[in-house]
Amino acid sequence: MTDAVVVQDVVKRFGTTTALSGVSCTVRTGELFGFIGPDGAGKTTLFRILATLLVPDKGRAAVLGEDVVAAMWRLRSRIGYMPGRFSLYPDLSVEENLRFFASVFGTTIAAERERIAPIYTQLEPFRTRRAGALSGGMKQKLALCCALVHRPEILFLDEPTTGVDAVSRREFWDLLTSLTSGGLTAVVSTPYMDEADRCDRVALVQHGRLLAVDTPAGVAASFGRPLMAVRSGERYATLKALRDYEHTNSAYPFGESIHFTDKRTDLPEQTQQQEVRAFLSARGLVNISVAPTPPTVEDTFMARMGASEANGSTA
Amino acid sequence: MSAGAADAADVTIRAKELTRTFGRFIAVDHISFDVRGGEVFGFLGANGAGKTTAIRMLTGLLKPSAGQATVAGFDVYRQSEAIKRHIGYMSQRFSLYEDLTVYENIQLYGGIYDLSNRQIRDRAENMLQRLGFRDAAAALVRSLPLGWRQKLAFSVALLHQPRIVFLDEPTSGVDPITRRQFWELIYEAAAAGTTVFVTTHYMDEAEYCDRISIMVDGKIGAIGTPSELKSRFGTDSVDEVFVRLARPTSSSAPGGTAQ
Repeated sequence: MTDAVVVQDVVKRFGTTTALSGVSCTVRTGELFGFIGPDGAGKTTLFRILATLLVPDKGRAAVLGEDVVAAMWRLRSRIGYMPGRFSLYPDLSVEENLRFFASVFGTTIAAERERIAPIYTQLEPFRTRRAGALSGGMKQKLALCCALVHRPEILFLDEPTTGVDAVSRREFWDLLTSLTSGGLTAVVSTPYMDEADRCDRVALVQHGRLLAVDTPAGVAASFGRPLMAVRSGERYATLKALRDYEHTNSAYPFGESIHFTDKRTDLPEQTQQQEVRAFLSARGLVNISVAPTPPTVEDTFMARMGASEANGSTA
Repeated sequence: MSAGAADAADVTIRAKELTRTFGRFIAVDHISFDVRGGEVFGFLGANGAGKTTAIRMLTGLLKPSAGQATVAGFDVYRQSEAIKRHIGYMSQRFSLYEDLTVYENIQLYGGIYDLSNRQIRDRAENMLQRLGFRDAAAALVRSLPLGWRQKLAFSVALLHQPRIVFLDEPTSGVDPITRRQFWELIYEAAAAGTTVFVTTHYMDEAEYCDRISIMVDGKIGAIGTPSELKSRFGTDSVDEVFVRLARPTSSSAPGGTAQ
């Protein structure tokens, strides 16, 4: 089967800013694929190139087997694109927006009813409400519905969950999962690292480069060092103490604990734990617990990010 | 140290039955809570739950329909101008002027809050030194990475040494390392006695707060330390607590045991 997306050495500059500096990756047909990274990483630029809205300076990209530059017009009716900024008509009702997007692609709501049903049934109670007056989560569902109405073979969703509350985010991902299990390919970007686990595979993006491309479990497992969760009654004091500890490789707050790695990779993990515990207790901290913890995608992201940034400085 | 049991002297925000209606719609429905000096208080809720309306009342921008609130000791009905002078505010959307330099932004905010030139000079020097931004004083804000801008915006919001700082999604879209560095600035400010009132959509950040409140349909659905809430709801993450509260229909206990 042809890969749904093939990106080869894509470079894009805006003036003196390099948005993408040599990005390559592949999205398989039927995959739910996530580009995970902060604002300014280059996610939107890449999505605009894949949605045929922007031409790369170098390299090439193909979607559904067609070149995004040469086959631009053919591709546009085969892809669905949901930009990061809310891009529907706020003064039109839910139904009017949907009808408009259907008509642009020469179809009708009635004809596409089955395809959009899982989402449209949630929107139907608000059919006559102005799109601008919907809640954040509902706006995103309407935008998804509009991106789907012409039966695209692939969806590009640029930060569909940004600024949306945690519960609506979950519901949105549930929708995406059900769509891709029906055979659709979906490419999604997000700044929320915890959403990586909802994807089949992810690419971690930072400063216009991909730090890793793998399954979420593979990315997490590539962390490559013993990771410890350190807790005590006083988080900030513990964090400051760990900053002073001569063997600290990294120490970051993570939920209710601090994720810590030791510089000395040759030392047994048990010894690393004992020594950091002893150090903290010598610092006067009490109720200290140090336990191994499995790395997450976010741990790997930070480790790779730290490494790539340290390359430029005195390491 | 349970919720609402703080000494009056130590309270920097006190809301009692605070309510705001728009026509027939009740945006904020009789909410009551106290926030103590030096506390990091997380103010969570689904989109549309009433957070923004509540924050606008607490920052003196919107008059309540009923109930009482004092912020930094000032009354939200009668002393909204005094409140504005005694709080700091930073939002994700707008915080600094991108076409001004770092130093010009500091001067502007210092001027707005009536600081003398000398105070502005000294505090700017100190702030830039602490942030490691001294070389960036003459740089246009637009040229700085997002993470720097957010740290700078936070420090500028503290320039007039307010007792309370309101942070509205301060880390949205920021990379995970910078996000954590930002939280270290929050801890530092709180350790120095500043009350930090913060909203976020990152559920791990909810765990970094001393206490959190979760708003549901205009009411406070739950309030307490992250570990209190987790044990009360029998979950191991604040994220789960949030889901149970925000979508009671999908869980077994509709409404829960909201106070």
